[in-house]
Amino acid sequence: MDEIVLKTEHLTMQFGGVVAVDDLNIEIPKGHITALIGPNGAGKTTAFNVITGGYVPTNGRVIFQGEIIGENHPRAKMKKIYGGKDRSLFTRQVVNTPDKITRLGMARTFQNIRLFKDLTVFENVLIAKHCRINAGLLRATFRLNRAEERSMRDKSRELLRTVGLEEHLDEKASSLPYGKQRRLEIARALATEPSLLLLDEPAAGMNPKETEELASFIQSIKESFSLTVFLIEHHMNLVMDISDKIYVLDYGETIAVGTAKEVQNNPAVIQAYLGVEEA
Amino acid sequence: MHTRRNTILTIISAALLVGLLYWLHFNRTGNGMLISILQKSAILALVAVSMNLLNGFTGLFSLGQAGFMSIGAYVTAILLIPVSSLEGVYYMSGVHPSIRVFKVFLGSLPPWFQSLYPFFALILGASIAAIIAAIVGVAVLRLKSDYLAIATLGLSEIIRAIFSSPQLDGVTNGSYGLNKIPGFPKMFGGLVPSLVTPFVISAICIMLIVMLIRSSYGRAFLAIREDEIAAEAMGISLFKHKSVSFIISSFFSALAGGLLAMYMRSIEAKTFSIALTYDILLIVVIGGIGSVTGSVLASFLVTASKEWWLRFFDQPLDLFGWQVPLFKTGFRMVIFSILLMVVVLIYRRGLMGTNEFSWDRILGRFKRRKNAKGGA
Repeated sequence: MDEIVLKTEHLTMQFGGVVAVDDLNIEIPKGHITALIGPNGAGKTTAFNVITGGYVPTNGRVIFQGEIIGENHPRAKMKKIYGGKDRSLFTRQVVNTPDKITRLGMARTFQNIRLFKDLTVFENVLIAKHCRINAGLLRATFRLNRAEERSMRDKSRELLRTVGLEEHLDEKASSLPYGKQRRLEIARALATEPSLLLLDEPAAGMNPKETEELASFIQSIKESFSLTVFLIEHHMNLVMDISDKIYVLDYGETIAVGTAKEVQNNPAVIQAYLGVEEA
Repeated sequence: MHTRRNTILTIISAALLVGLLYWLHFNRTGNGMLISILQKSAILALVAVSMNLLNGFTGLFSLGQAGFMSIGAYVTAILLIPVSSLEGVYYMSGVHPSIRVFKVFLGSLPPWFQSLYPFFALILGASIAAIIAAIVGVAVLRLKSDYLAIATLGLSEIIRAIFSSPQLDGVTNGSYGLNKIPGFPKMFGGLVPSLVTPFVISAICIMLIVMLIRSSYGRAFLAIREDEIAAEAMGISLFKHKSVSFIISSFFSALAGGLLAMYMRSIEAKTFSIALTYDILLIVVIGGIGSVTGSVLASFLVTASKEWWLRFFDQPLDLFGWQVPLFKTGFRMVIFSILLMVVVLIYRRGLMGTNEFSWDRILGRFKRRKNAKGGA
């Protein structure tokens, strides 16, 4: 059995009366590509935000590399209006901020690209290296960490070469074409030296050819950085091509789990995507 | 090739500046106006750069500068007023006995300590401001944009109110303010005359801020300015980095406040009203939010035009026997405001934008002009 990198137990996220993610249980084995799909508004990005620490879950637990990085149970006002399941399973509250979770080895990209637009391509990656800095404020200010600074720069340059952006080093991030911005965002996430990479709709807005390139790109970085990948996607071709396992969400609930083929033939999935057949 | 030329140009202009300052030192009489404007500009440049660190580089819109300056100014002033002047300064309510005891004790210390003491006072004032910033930061740095501005504005007013409160009469002399503050000290055993001291301190501090901005931490500040959510997702702790930026900015603002106390020789709580923060914000915006050299340049331009170049509009003017009606005291500020509007309209992002000064740019501009002429 493969080692499980990320696991969620009964993860539920409720905003006011709306249950955005309901009782999500996923297991992501090491070295696999796992996908989370579902129609618009199914709660996919919310699930991502809960896992990466952007939101504190209403109920449930997130375990990353054997460590509980987030746990909560309905409290205070939520006690009354909680609409999810398993309300009394958890008793503790564990909250981690996104930056801490990133330093534990989980990096992410965003659905709507969030690059540091006014900075150069190189700076974008270099900044992501900051989370692994050893030198304190004073040592960094007085350049007593010369070796470290140089290795940060070298590694960033190396990384940009690996992802094929080396000729754009000094260009502003916002001046890159769309597909390359996506690629830079992935490179920036890789610069934090993650073991798990979360991609939120990496193929959004791409044409079929770019999507194909992206698929092979994801495969190749997965191999060269020995990553585990968890992605949200709408492009079915991409998902079906590269994922080892697929979770399907609809209205916050998990309606199917399985390989690409299993999911494709699942009636509940077809219904969620194409709507109910008129009798 | 270019880097070498640039270094040479930088050294030459720095030498010219130092030369000018020493020349002013030996020709003080008649140049009082120029000296005082340059000194004030140097002090405001430091505050502007430290405000820029926070507002321009970390993207935290804070308006607390005057408050932190007043902490530095008051601490420096209280520590530096000589024992012999205490009676005269605290003539209304008398000085708190512990201050007198402390000053008498200081007087018994060896001379090397006496010559360094003004700098200790500056650093102590700055450190107290930094500690207050650290404590207050825990609460206010959770706020974003305009709300942070309002909170820091309030903080600045609270500090001012505390300094002028009657309960502190024995320490800050309440609303009467402090005077007989000694002027700038000499540095390095007289190698740097007192006239040049504010420039040296200001330059050192600005250099430290620039080094911080260029370090990995400075890049993290930029990331927070560009996109907080992305920065946090890249493993940058928002709270830690915002606090560091806030504390350092407050430290240097307070240090500049101490220098301002030495410059003005007398301070009162009113000196550090919100208007002072706005003056500095003006310099930061005119110079370019996110440009250190822009702030420095703007502080000299703004101070000089406000207090010197436009003086001419305040005097009555006779044109061929006709008295121009608008030229009277205060008209200079009208012209100043109009100039500001014109500058902001022409340079939408301040004089420098987010760019820094570079010789390549200046020389490039000259070259282009020459080529254009040659072509035509």
